[in-house]
Amino acid sequence: MSKLIYAKAASIDEAENAFNEAEDARYLAGGMTLLPTMRQRLVAPDRLIDLANCQLSSIEDEGSFIKIGAMTTHSQIASSAVIGRKINGLAHLANGIGDRQVRHRGTIGGSVANNDPAACYPAALLALNAQIHTNKRQLPAADYFVDLFETALEDGELITAISVPVPQKSAYFKAPNPASRYALAGVFAALIDDKPYLAVTGAGEQGIFRWHEGEAALAENWSKEALAALSISEEGLLSDIHASAAFRSHLVKQMAQKAVEACA
Amino acid sequence: MHKITMTLNGQTITDSVSDDMLLVTYLREVKGLTGTHIGCDTSQCGACVIAVNGESVKSCTMLAVQAEGAELTTIEGVGDEDNLHPMQLAFKQAHGLQCGYCTPGMVISAIDYVEAGGALDDMSIRDGLEGNICRCTGYHNIIKAVQIGAKMMQDAKR
Repeated sequence: MSKLIYAKAASIDEAENAFNEAEDARYLAGGMTLLPTMRQRLVAPDRLIDLANCQLSSIEDEGSFIKIGAMTTHSQIASSAVIGRKINGLAHLANGIGDRQVRHRGTIGGSVANNDPAACYPAALLALNAQIHTNKRQLPAADYFVDLFETALEDGELITAISVPVPQKSAYFKAPNPASRYALAGVFAALIDDKPYLAVTGAGEQGIFRWHEGEAALAENWSKEALAALSISEEGLLSDIHASAAFRSHLVKQMAQKAVEACA
Repeated sequence: MHKITMTLNGQTITDSVSDDMLLVTYLREVKGLTGTHIGCDTSQCGACVIAVNGESVKSCTMLAVQAEGAELTTIEGVGDEDNLHPMQLAFKQAHGLQCGYCTPGMVISAIDYVEAGGALDDMSIRDGLEGNICRCTGYHNIIKAVQIGAKMMQDAKR
């Protein structure tokens, strides 16, 4: 980190301007991924633009959806009474990210911008059809998440908030990597307008995906038994030192069943 | 360089820090507060945990400049030899440490956990302390220490 310049932006406009002035700038949210990555010299930006003073930390109940500011921490989401009441699966998910210290600083916007293929939020946002608001536009989760660590964000574009529709019910289960607590496989289940949604994180070679076959079975019969006869193809699933594709296939089904049972 | 003002262990201080200095480096090398340890360099071990505005945070994963305006408590501000914090006494009493390297972070995380109203059954405490790694004790006595410390903290409030 030898030639690093740190700047704290007082507004979104100021952050954007600072970004455009630098050669290789990064926005700094909670820093729970970015700072360790910099310490390992995997990235070496010349400028960090801290968003802490951009007034992006908020949780607003808009009735049919909840609007969450990008700098809201996992800990604030986990302990929010309104999220706990209206989107219980999301509060539970936030409470399982990393560890207590990470949850105190890590933010939803930072996690969603990074799009780690094993991160938890992307599954929730895809299943719930959340809208990602940026300083330039707004787009649905399905269009936003592109591939491993790849999103629709353009250079200098920054997430300001995320609007999450309130489902009839929701739940999230993951099989965590024992060291990192990232998902080896995680499934967010939701029922919206009587339609079931299952989104899977941690398991796909191209990042998160919907398990359509599982959703179809749940549309007939919303119960974990409805998934029992199904198996998810190993094709397209990640295989690495942590888990084989076969094991992940097994875990996806198990986590989906647990999630459906938890929101039944 | 940035000029920052913060409250450190109850004292307001103003200092100049370089843009890339980690908070843990500032605490140890500039302020000489070596009770905050560095164990892993990968944000996993929790030896560097301090309280920032009352919440436990890994000081190796924060820049010093990000502490502008914050209230910080390191293990030196939790208690001292003649006046140990109840959680420190509990770690001593329950033999919640062997080599002691993880203990400052453990104690600060434990205090934060108890003050936030964390449940005191074994499994909940294990979950609550998952950001802190101990390679000596096998955790059993740490769990006991947190239970004893929580009770002493409650008694001290009465």
